[in-house]
Amino acid sequence: MIQEKLRQKARELLESKAVDLVIGFGEGSLPLRVSPVFIRNPHEVDRLVWNSFCRQNLSTYLHKFKSLKIGLVVKGCDSRSVVALSLEKRFKPDQLFLIGVPCQRMVDHRRVKRAVQGEILHVSEQGDELIVEGKDFKTRLNRKDFLYPSCQVCVHRNPVRADLLMGEVVEEFSLLETHPDMKGFLNKGVEERWDYFEKETGRCIRCYACREACPMCYCPECFVDNSNPKWMEQGLSPSDLEFYHIVRAYHQTGRCTACGACERACPMEIRLTYMTEKLNQDVKELFGFETGVDPQASSPLSTFDVEDQQEFIK
Amino acid sequence: MTLKLDKKDFHSFLQNLMNDYELFAPVQVAEGVAVYKKIEHPLEAARFSLNPQKPAKEVFFPQSETMFRYGKVGVKTEVTSTEKVERKRILLGARPCDLQAVSLLDEIFQGREYSDPYYINKRQATTVIGMGCSQPLSTCFCSSMEGGPFSRNHSDIFLIDLGEAYLVEVLTEKGKAFEKNPFFKKATQKDLKAAKSIEKNASNQVGAILSLEGIERKLDQMIESPFWDRVQERCIGCRVCTYLCPTCHCFDIADETLTTKGQRVRNWDSCLSSLYSQETSGHNPRPTNRERTRQRLMHKFNYFPKNVGRIACVGCGRCVLYCPADLDIRETIKEIQKG
Repeated sequence: MIQEKLRQKARELLESKAVDLVIGFGEGSLPLRVSPVFIRNPHEVDRLVWNSFCRQNLSTYLHKFKSLKIGLVVKGCDSRSVVALSLEKRFKPDQLFLIGVPCQRMVDHRRVKRAVQGEILHVSEQGDELIVEGKDFKTRLNRKDFLYPSCQVCVHRNPVRADLLMGEVVEEFSLLETHPDMKGFLNKGVEERWDYFEKETGRCIRCYACREACPMCYCPECFVDNSNPKWMEQGLSPSDLEFYHIVRAYHQTGRCTACGACERACPMEIRLTYMTEKLNQDVKELFGFETGVDPQASSPLSTFDVEDQQEFIK
Repeated sequence: MTLKLDKKDFHSFLQNLMNDYELFAPVQVAEGVAVYKKIEHPLEAARFSLNPQKPAKEVFFPQSETMFRYGKVGVKTEVTSTEKVERKRILLGARPCDLQAVSLLDEIFQGREYSDPYYINKRQATTVIGMGCSQPLSTCFCSSMEGGPFSRNHSDIFLIDLGEAYLVEVLTEKGKAFEKNPFFKKATQKDLKAAKSIEKNASNQVGAILSLEGIERKLDQMIESPFWDRVQERCIGCRVCTYLCPTCHCFDIADETLTTKGQRVRNWDSCLSSLYSQETSGHNPRPTNRERTRQRLMHKFNYFPKNVGRIACVGCGRCVLYCPADLDIRETIKEIQKG
């Protein structure tokens, strides 16, 4: 059992003082949810869980702990973020112990919620099935039908960097040919694309959950908050919302690991990953680069090479 | 007086209201996502059971609100006020938790210290048609917060969903203006009985399970407690819980200017943002997430009770449902109470 192994490893790491802190997933207070846990005491390792609802990218918490040695539980995407952050020199090389878990692809609790009438009060997993219970119902669902879009197309489920792997390496393949939202987006005409983008961003409340959940968004002052120069206003005008979302996505070009944390954090359920996914695809086609896969390769947009493509200079 | 409204007449009823009033109601903006909005057409009003993500406070205290406009006309500068509310308004379908929250906002915006014309004008122009919460969620804890899924407080008219119809209770003078609405019929004994049983069911579902007694005094002793280090650890520092909170009411004022015209705007602000407390000198009295998460809880359970004698949480459960890190304020309260 991965969960058992995780707990055991965490205990060892804490007892031997190899790390000061283990960051992993713990039981959430709601069904279909987990909540990040921060464990310093080896006696508390039983709070760690592993299931299909480990949706957060825990590497976003690394920015909070500059001086501690950390044992971090990482899925494939999370480990890529750690690699990308290492290249951006966000922490000291020996500060982290990565407890890697080959990922089974995560289940979107919102999609599950929509599949049943009534509130879900309990859920358990049996193989590929979710057993979902409420006050007047109990039903079995196939977990594959409720995955996050970013998980459906993931080809890096195994951590690319880990000090130790919990569980067997899984086979890498995408369940779908393309990201479902991106496919829908690219099939639209230019005007329709704009309408879609405008409709999605139109319900943004500027809570910046997408920004805070993203491990790659760590600027001490975000461009939206600059007052001198002031790039944008603080209200809800469509142009401000669109500006925020375009720049947020563009700042991720060559840095996004497609973990989907932004979209999962949004309380208004704004589709966000179709944009970053498209940018990832462009970077791959133009530069042959995938974020966080090669620990030596910096993002093409932050490096210069005389061989760089220059066709765009006219 | 107790009346009823058949659901088949619901849209005609809304159209009828819209002839004389601006109508604000939950509107679905994406599958399963709703906000309170001014509706232009009766079909826009969402009749689904979920409490909208964004609370009803927005009807009286919009997230972004123009306070006045100014501009050059020839050589003179003209200022246009936006204080006035031109048409009478109706807020339809608000849950008791959100309305209790509005009554808390009343304490601030039309309280002892301040009279905020923007808020007061909207509030006075509005008749509130509240809605009983027949399917409360497991995250609801209104009954622990001096409310309840069928609390009639702060509603002028109160609706109870009977399936095929709504039971309509007229509660205040403001509400009485609607008694003669052509779509209202007399409720039967059977309707009243059905409503009673729905109310009882819902109320049983939301027990007063959370004890808030003495929390203000407990927090008095906790300003330097290591407890806040633990609370802040999981929090990613976004603004979800403050913007979706029906009682949070902080705002920031900004001038949006062009060369010859501009407007003064106030926008919701959040104590969880570092910029919120940043001073011009660069000094920040709440430099880390520890001070900021502490502020949020202190304001609700200590400062607000000190200032107006009431707790600034109504138990709607939105912060529990939508927190990206699954922080649960109920657990935090329990831990504070444990000491």
